[in-house]
Amino acid sequence: MASLWFWIVAAMVATYVVLDGFDLGAGAIYLVAAKTNDERRRVLRAIGPVWDGNEVWLLATGGTLYFAFPQLYASSFSGFYLPLTIVLWLLILRGIGIEFRVHIENPVWQDFFDVVFSVSSILLAVFFGAALGNVVRGVPLDATGYFFEPLWTTFKLSSRTGILDWYTMLIGGLALVTLAAHGSYYIALKTDEDLGRRARGFALLCWPLQFFLTFSALVASYFIRPEIMTNYGKHPVGMLIPIVVVTSLAVMLWANPKGKEKLAFAASSLYISFMLVGAAFALYPVVLSARNHRYDLTIYNTAAGSHGLRVGFVWWTLAAVLAIAYFVFVYRMFRGKVRFGEGHY
Amino acid sequence: MDSALFVHRLHFAFTATFHYLFPQLTMGLALLIVVLKTIGLRRNDLVYHEAASFWGRIFGINFVLGVVTGIPMEFQFGTNWSIFSRFAGGVIGQTLAMEGMFAFFLESAFLGLFLYGEKRLSPKAHWLSAVAVFVGSWLSGYFIIATDAFMQHPVGYFTAADGSLQLASFWDFVLNPWAEWQYAHNMGGAAITGAFIMASVGAFYLLSGKWTAHAHIFVKAGVIAGCLFSILQIFPTGDGQGKMVTDLQPVTLAAMEGLFQGQSGAPLVIIGQPDQQQRTIDNPLEVPKMLSILTYRRWNANVRGLDSFPKQDWPGNIPLLYYSYHIMVGLGTFFVAVMVIALLLLWRGRLFNAKWMLWILMLAAPFPYIANTAGWMTAELGRQPWLVYGLMRTEAGYSKLVSAGNGMFTLLGFMGIYMVLGILGLFLLWREIEHGPVAGHASASNLHPVADAR
Repeated sequence: MASLWFWIVAAMVATYVVLDGFDLGAGAIYLVAAKTNDERRRVLRAIGPVWDGNEVWLLATGGTLYFAFPQLYASSFSGFYLPLTIVLWLLILRGIGIEFRVHIENPVWQDFFDVVFSVSSILLAVFFGAALGNVVRGVPLDATGYFFEPLWTTFKLSSRTGILDWYTMLIGGLALVTLAAHGSYYIALKTDEDLGRRARGFALLCWPLQFFLTFSALVASYFIRPEIMTNYGKHPVGMLIPIVVVTSLAVMLWANPKGKEKLAFAASSLYISFMLVGAAFALYPVVLSARNHRYDLTIYNTAAGSHGLRVGFVWWTLAAVLAIAYFVFVYRMFRGKVRFGEGHY
Repeated sequence: MDSALFVHRLHFAFTATFHYLFPQLTMGLALLIVVLKTIGLRRNDLVYHEAASFWGRIFGINFVLGVVTGIPMEFQFGTNWSIFSRFAGGVIGQTLAMEGMFAFFLESAFLGLFLYGEKRLSPKAHWLSAVAVFVGSWLSGYFIIATDAFMQHPVGYFTAADGSLQLASFWDFVLNPWAEWQYAHNMGGAAITGAFIMASVGAFYLLSGKWTAHAHIFVKAGVIAGCLFSILQIFPTGDGQGKMVTDLQPVTLAAMEGLFQGQSGAPLVIIGQPDQQQRTIDNPLEVPKMLSILTYRRWNANVRGLDSFPKQDWPGNIPLLYYSYHIMVGLGTFFVAVMVIALLLLWRGRLFNAKWMLWILMLAAPFPYIANTAGWMTAELGRQPWLVYGLMRTEAGYSKLVSAGNGMFTLLGFMGIYMVLGILGLFLLWREIEHGPVAGHASASNLHPVADAR
């Protein structure tokens, strides 16, 4: 049962990053790709009706993580106290950046919220990447199952690590580039004219960087934590994951200049999902690795009681079916390119 | 002031109190918007539609503030109260996860449609999206109340070998009798906030001589709903909640009422200042034997006072608990008085010209917020010194590795951000109210010139 919940949470994380990833990415490229007030409004209109729903995947994932692995939730959230709180602040600022801009038609007001929205989106992408980096690299857990990490120490991999060091910043950089590209594909899909062209161009620029960082990150991860290859050795079917990742990178490069926006966006979504699934596959059954592996948190020492997990599976399945139905409905309602003069933003 | 326990408690108290200023209006308005839209749809009445859209815009601004201040709440269980999270997560993780999975998805998906999809949806589908938002927000309330009810009166659990609490019976836990009364009482409080705000804006328009047709609807809907829910708030929901406290947290009851010495035929203290040193109420204004009646339905029933309980089990801050409770009850009584008189005037057809009453309705807007906040303070201060009643003390539950310094850093950060949010929110709400209920959004008029220029 705990294994099942491991994969459910992993799938929810991937869904969150794919969905909120495109509106975070749209925020990251916002100031560069959308120049005029009208273009910025179209970006906001493209993400406006859906960003809040996308962000709910983060809340629902957090809630599900808490329900299925209370010990992991307790250890990781208190250990990542500072970065997590900063993430919360950024989420607050980003939310009002999107929603409050529209209320006053004044360039000073709009410029202010444009910068709030874009800067918080960029920093969120970096922090989410760095968080994943921490999970892979390991944190200073001790026998009590708790830890506390400062934001940074020496930026080196020492016994006293901080949230940010060269490795986690590398993953943070990869996350930013990946989401910026992902957001560009989405904006290219949802808009046209100069804005759509600029978004496509931006994605093209991101591609070599994304390619380079993907391989650097994989090599660095292996260098830091050779154990991540164990599961791939045991279950060769896992080798499909890197194949999908490389293929989707290639599809992005091919589809984008040809104007196949849907395909490029789908490939980017696949790339993100499989990078995350690959990380989960490599870590399983570890859910938070310790610098000292004796203290690793695994699905076995963090899961909730089995009765609770079984009961939860019943309502979770029902809720997930409903949630997917809402999402399909909402995305269908707001499908197609964003035009002038319709909608709220 | 510098202890980690204090900082973590203040951290949660501050963020929760600020957050709850928004959901209470969200939940209250969601109900009233559904009512307005239903009438608009059935009578095909444009003014009702405009009224619903206007409150939808107010709802939208308020909802954003509720969402962004709500996200930190779910995470703070882990960040600031990790020992508690590990201890109780096997049980309360259920309801917190269900809130995200059932309520937030529903609410967020249909909010977008409700606020921005009016042109793309048929009137019926738009009405349905309003209903979905209402159901989502009221469901969300239940899951949170059920979580809090477990902390107040834990049921449906067993203690596992590692000392943590685990789910034994899902239905016992979810249908906790405490949760049922608390939910009814809490949602009544939210409806009161919505009703008073609606009546207040309507009264403001009438007194300013603007938007009279809409203002009549606002005042009428606000007064009818306000009267209904203010009465229900005292009986049966407040009474039922009080019985729960009497039976399950008798020491809390004694502290709330400022009853230092147990006695038969205990009086009800209306006003007076508790003096913990002398263990008396100074300057008391009392109704004789009333507390015995309210708690046990008998004139001479014995009500246990604080002296019947060991001091270590007393709520930590008795004066604040006492005042919170008395402010809540005092305001609740005031709400009934105001709304009953307003309803009588409405029935006699004199309310819209009764300037004095419109002034009262307009100025009453802040009081439901105070009453709701005081109510939550009563519940949570009353639970002390326990984090999970009878099972875990508050001082045992916070994150031991998060120092007071780090806790204060984030607390100050939240205070700064929330101050900005509060100012921005008030500013935007005021603009919306000043702009009035007709002719769509303030900035909507600017959307069209761009389209025409194309």
